[in-house]
Amino acid sequence: MAHRPLSPHLQIYRLPFAAILSITHRLTGVFLTLGSVLLVYWLVAIASGETAYLEAQALLGTWYGLLGLFFCSFALYFHLCNGVRHLFWDAGYGFELKTVDTSGHIVIILTVVLTVITWFIGILFSGGPA
Amino acid sequence: MRAMKLPILENIEAGKHLTAPTGARRVKRFKVYRYDPDASKPPQLDSFDIDLTRCGPMVLDALIYIKNELDATLTFRRSCREGVCGSCAMNIDGSNTLACTKAIDDAEIDVSVYPLPHLPVIKDLVPDMTHFYAQYASIKPWLQADTPPPTRERLQTKEDRAQLDGLYECILCACCSTSCPSYWWSGDRYLGPAILLQAYRWIVDSRDENTGERLDALEDPYRLYRCHTIMNCTKACPKGLNPAKAIGEIKKLLLTRAL
Repeated sequence: MAHRPLSPHLQIYRLPFAAILSITHRLTGVFLTLGSVLLVYWLVAIASGETAYLEAQALLGTWYGLLGLFFCSFALYFHLCNGVRHLFWDAGYGFELKTVDTSGHIVIILTVVLTVITWFIGILFSGGPA
Repeated sequence: MRAMKLPILENIEAGKHLTAPTGARRVKRFKVYRYDPDASKPPQLDSFDIDLTRCGPMVLDALIYIKNELDATLTFRRSCREGVCGSCAMNIDGSNTLACTKAIDDAEIDVSVYPLPHLPVIKDLVPDMTHFYAQYASIKPWLQADTPPPTRERLQTKEDRAQLDGLYECILCACCSTSCPSYWWSGDRYLGPAILLQAYRWIVDSRDENTGERLDALEDPYRLYRCHTIMNCTKACPKGLNPAKAIGEIKKLLLTRAL
């Protein structure tokens, strides 16, 4: 049998809103795994004494450190909220297309609100942006 | 755990462009995926400019017009032209649907027409469905009962019959399965939304007595659990069914059975 080409898929499929949230869930999951390495680094730095801790604090306080932390918090809240959405699906609820659309928008709004609140509190208690 | 395969994106070249005849009043461009197994060249994207005043209202009408008037070699499946046979399932403007129920007026300015995604292409818009049908056969899509047959039909209550609504309407067009990224990457072992909806159709049938075995056969990390509720299936279904919900119900049954 002659070679049969594979019909186009990812490059031509117009991913619906729900599918974009789904891949974002996967990506934030991967990102959080990387973020956990950062968390371990920070904990090890605390355990290693004052110099290492101050070094870690300084590193995390740089603009790229803060940017990384910002993405970590965003990824955490997105993954958390969308994870709860998945729990509802696992329990058999929320499969209607309208509900899927609504719950997806709720996830995005909650993610933004929780991220903003977290950073607002963080900046408030650290006495302003580093 | 097996090795993850990266998606293969095959090259598509620009093909020929047939312009509409002079004097055409309502011109619309159809960009159609072409592959000729007898020509040793990669798939191409041909453009056909059509005068809509000479063509019926649906995308299938446009394809038939192209085949009759512009290029007789254009190959596609079609039969009922009214959304009950599922033959003309294809990817139109980036979404899987039936060409016969997709109105040209609802399509983009330039309509893109591709075969159902991530399947081996036999020719043009005709993909090889062998594996899909084999998967369908694997779920034993027939009534299984050990009790001796009654002298008449096996009866159902109205409530039991209602359980099959939203399932029996499936025409196995494969729009849902071939819209699913999980099916794209793991279709060799994952059954996909269409087959799982069909499996659920027999699981909930009150007359079927093999529910346990049916569930056993699905309790597998690949066959069932590659579904990650991406929801493309339900979004794509041209019959308005909800394969994602059916899969969710199977998962729920397996969970409650285990508890």
